[in-house]
Amino acid sequence: MTKLRRNVWQIWQNFYMVIIMLFLYAPIVTMIVLSFNRSKSRNQWGGFTLEWYTQMFASRNITNALYNTLVIAFLSALIATVIGTAASIAINSMKPLPKTIFMGVTNIPMLNADIVTGISLMLAFIAFGISLGFQTVLIAHITFNIPYVILSVMPKLKQTSRFTYEAAMDLGAGPVSAFFRVVFPDILPGVLSGFLLAFTMSLDDFIITHFTRGAGINTLSTLIYSEVRRGIKPSMYALSSVIFVVVLALLLISNFAPKRKQS
Amino acid sequence: MSKKMLSWPYALWMTGFILIPLALIFYYGLTDKTGAFTLANVIAITTAEHAKALWLSLALAFVSTVICLLLAYPLAMILRNRGIGQNSFIVFIFILPMWMNFLLRTLAWQTLLEKNGVINAFLSALHLPTQSLINTPGAIVLGMVYNFLPFMVLPIYNVLCKIDDDTINAARDLGANFLQTLVWVWIPLSIPGVISGITMVFVPALTTFVISSLLGGSKILLIGNVIEQEFTKGSNWHLGAGLSLVLMIFILISMAVVARYDKNGEGSGF
Amino acid sequence: MKKIIAYSLTALSLALVLTACGGQTDSGSASSGTDAGNATSTADSGSDEGDLAGSTLYVYNWGEYIDEDVIDQFEDETGIEVVYDLFETNEEMYPVIEAGGVTYDVVCPSDYMIQKMIENNMLQEIDFDQVPNFDQIDPAYVEMSQAFDPDNRYSVPYCWGTVGILYNTSRIEELGVEPPTRWADLWDERLADEILMQDSVRDAFMVALKKDGYSMNSADEAELQQAKQDLIDQKPLVQAYVIDQVRDKMIGGEAAVGVIYSGEMLYIQEEVADLGLDYELEYVIPEEGTNLWIDSWVIPANAQNKAGAEAWINFLCRPEIAKQNFEYITYPTPNKGAFDLLDEELQNNKAVFPDIDSLDNSEVYEYLGEDVDTLYNELWKEVKSN
Repeated sequence: MTKLRRNVWQIWQNFYMVIIMLFLYAPIVTMIVLSFNRSKSRNQWGGFTLEWYTQMFASRNITNALYNTLVIAFLSALIATVIGTAASIAINSMKPLPKTIFMGVTNIPMLNADIVTGISLMLAFIAFGISLGFQTVLIAHITFNIPYVILSVMPKLKQTSRFTYEAAMDLGAGPVSAFFRVVFPDILPGVLSGFLLAFTMSLDDFIITHFTRGAGINTLSTLIYSEVRRGIKPSMYALSSVIFVVVLALLLISNFAPKRKQS
Repeated sequence: MSKKMLSWPYALWMTGFILIPLALIFYYGLTDKTGAFTLANVIAITTAEHAKALWLSLALAFVSTVICLLLAYPLAMILRNRGIGQNSFIVFIFILPMWMNFLLRTLAWQTLLEKNGVINAFLSALHLPTQSLINTPGAIVLGMVYNFLPFMVLPIYNVLCKIDDDTINAARDLGANFLQTLVWVWIPLSIPGVISGITMVFVPALTTFVISSLLGGSKILLIGNVIEQEFTKGSNWHLGAGLSLVLMIFILISMAVVARYDKNGEGSGF
Repeated sequence: MKKIIAYSLTALSLALVLTACGGQTDSGSASSGTDAGNATSTADSGSDEGDLAGSTLYVYNWGEYIDEDVIDQFEDETGIEVVYDLFETNEEMYPVIEAGGVTYDVVCPSDYMIQKMIENNMLQEIDFDQVPNFDQIDPAYVEMSQAFDPDNRYSVPYCWGTVGILYNTSRIEELGVEPPTRWADLWDERLADEILMQDSVRDAFMVALKKDGYSMNSADEAELQQAKQDLIDQKPLVQAYVIDQVRDKMIGGEAAVGVIYSGEMLYIQEEVADLGLDYELEYVIPEEGTNLWIDSWVIPANAQNKAGAEAWINFLCRPEIAKQNFEYITYPTPNKGAFDLLDEELQNNKAVFPDIDSLDNSEVYEYLGEDVDTLYNELWKEVKSN
C-alpha cells in the first residue's frame, strides 16, 4: 500500500518536473524550429531549409556582434578576475570596518536594478568625456563582473589557512612566490568559477550594454534588440541554436566524462 | 608588500564606476535642466500616469514572484529529495535555458502565444476554443515567471540541500505527516533561501522594460518603460533619473526586508 | 540576493570547469577565428582614393535600411572602413547625436528630425560639389525636402513613402466590415483587438489628428487633447502598438488592419505570394490624407570624416547602387536613375510608388519646437499608461 502510494508520488514528481521542463524549453525548441524555417516571417512556416545556417556568417553585423560579445565577455571576465581576486585577498585581511565598507559597495551593482546601473554608467561616461563605444561596454561589464568574482573567491579564501602562507614565508619563500605556490592553488577553483560566472553574466547582459554602447558596437543582445521590431533574421536563430547546442554538448561531455577527483 | 595595496585597483574602480555614477543619478534626479535643485523629478512619481505605471509594475512583479515561489518550491524539494545535489546535471538542465539569449527566448514566447501562434494552433487542432494570450498583463507575468524562475529555484534548492536528512527523518519518526514536516521543518529552515529568491525575482521583475514591450504589445506601460523612454527617446534625463531614485527606494526596501531574514543565508552557499 | 545565485551558479559551473575546461578554450578559439575573418575583410581595401582610403566612416542608419553588400562595395571601392550602426526611431537617434558620446559622420533621420537638428545647429552643410550624383535625385523630392531643409543645403533624400492602412481582405470579410478607406475606420468597434497601431508619438498622433481633420503638425493644445482622447478611446480596440513588427504580424494573419509604412508593401506582396496564403493584404492611403515622409542623409556638425560622408552619400546616389538598395529594402527610392532601371511592372505598382498627385491632403512632418515636443510626449505617455 505504502509502496503504491510512493510510486504514485514518484510519478507525480516526475510529471511535475516534466511540466516545468516543457515550460522552460518550449521557447528554445520554438527558436530551433524557426532556424529551419524558409520563410523570414516569424509566424509562417515556409518549408524546411538549412539556408540560414550557411548564411549565418555571411552577415557582418552578426559576425561582428558575435566577435564583440565573445571578446567583451572574455576580456571583462579576465580583467574582473584579476582585479577581483586581488581585491578579495586584500579585503580578507582587512579589519571589520573597511571590510564592511568594501563589501557594501561590492553589493551595489548586484542589488541595484540593471537599468539604474546602466544609466548611471552612461551618465558617468558622458560626464568623464569618455566616448561611448567598445571601451565603455568593456568597462561596464568589468564593473558588474567584479562583484561576482569577489563573491566566488572570498569563501575559498576563508577556507585557506593563514598559517600555510606564513609557514611558506618562514621557510624562505618571498611573499609573491608564497602566494602563488601556497595560497593560489587553494583558491584556484573559486577564481576559475568566478571567471566562468563573469563570462556568463557578460554574455547574457542586455540592459547595461544597451545604455553604455556606442557607434558600431553591438553585442548579440543589442543586435537582436535592434532587429526585434523589424523581424529577427532567421540566421540569428541559427546562430543561437548552434550556441545552445554547443553549451549543451559541453554539459553532456562534462557530465559523462570520467570525473577527476576533487575535494 | 602589503596586502592592502591589492585593494587599490578595486577601490579606484569602485569609486570611478560605481560610486560616482550613482552620485550622478542623484545629481540628475535632484536638479532641473538649468542645474538648480528641485524635488520635482522625484515627486513626478505621483502624477497619474507614473503612479499607475509604478502600481502596475508592483502588482505584476508581486504576482510573478508569488507564482515563481509556488512553482519553484516543489521543484527544489523534488530535486533535493532525489539526492541530485551530488550530481548537478539535472539542476543544470533547469538553468541551461539561461545560456540562451533572453531576448530571443522572450521573443519565442511571442510566437507561442500569438493569435495564430503555436499554442492556439494546438488548441484548435484539439477543437478547443483559441485564447487571446499575447499583449495582456498575463503574458507579461508569464514572461517574467519564465525569465526569472531559475533565480527562485536556485537559492531555495541551495538552502534545502543543507537541511540534514536526519532532521526530516526525526520529524517523521516523531509522527509528523508530510504536511506537518513541510510546515514545521522544511519551510522554517528554508526561509533564507525563499527570501533571497523573492528579492531575486522581484527586483528585476519590478524594473524590466523589455518583457513588457515584447509581450505586452507596448500597450502596458511599466515604470521600467517610462524610465527607459525618458532616457533613450530623449525627453528628459532629469525626470528619468528622478524616477530611478524612486525605484531605488523600492529596491532598498526589499533589501531591508531581506537583510532581516538573510543573516545566515548569504555567504554560506558552499 | 544575486549572491545566492552567484554561489549556486558557481558551484554548478565548477563541475564544468573542473571536468572540462573546454568552454573557455572553445570561446577563445571562436573569437580569434572571427577576428581573423575581420582582419581580412578590412585589409583587402586596397584601392587608393587619396587620403580617404584607410579612414573610418561612422554611419548611423535605421535598422534593415541598407543592403549590407552595398557597404562592402563602398569599402572595396574607396578603402574607407565603415562602422555601421543602427537606430530604431528618430526620437532614439536624436539624444545620441546630441549627447555627443559618439560622433557619427553620416546619419539618416526623417524630415521633421532633420529640421530639429538644423534648428539646433547640429548639422553641417553638404558640399554638393563632392556629391555629383545628387543630380540623379528626382527634383520633385528635392522640392519636397524644402519643407524641412528650406535651401536644400543639409540633406540628400534616401527613401520616401507614405503611411497607410494595411488590411487583411478575408479577415475583414469575416468580421463583416467594409475595407477601410479612412483613418476614422480604425475606430470601428467591430475591429476590437484587430488593430495594429504605430508605436511612435508622431505617427500615432498623426492618425488621430488627421481623423479629426486637423493638421498633423498641430501645436494647438485643444486639438492635441482631443487627439489624445481619441487615442485613449481607441486603445481598447488596439491589439498592440508596434513599429516594424506590423509587417510580420500582418503576414501571419494576426490582425485585420495595421498602420504601416508604404515601403513594406513590396516585401509583403512577395511574401504573401511566396507562402501561398489564403488571404490578401491590401494597402490604402486614407482619404483624410496622410504623412508623406522622407528620410535623408545628413552630416552632423561634429562629424570627423566629412569627406568620407560625402563620398558615402554620393555612392548611394549612384543609380545602380540605389537600385540594389531599393531591391533589398523595398522602400520607394527618390532616385530617378534607379527608378528608370526598374521593371515597368514595378514602376507602376501604386502601392510602392503612389502618384504624388494622389497625395493632395498629405503633409510632411515639421519640427514643432521643444515645448510642443514635450507636450506630445506627455500626452502620448498618458495614452500609453491609460
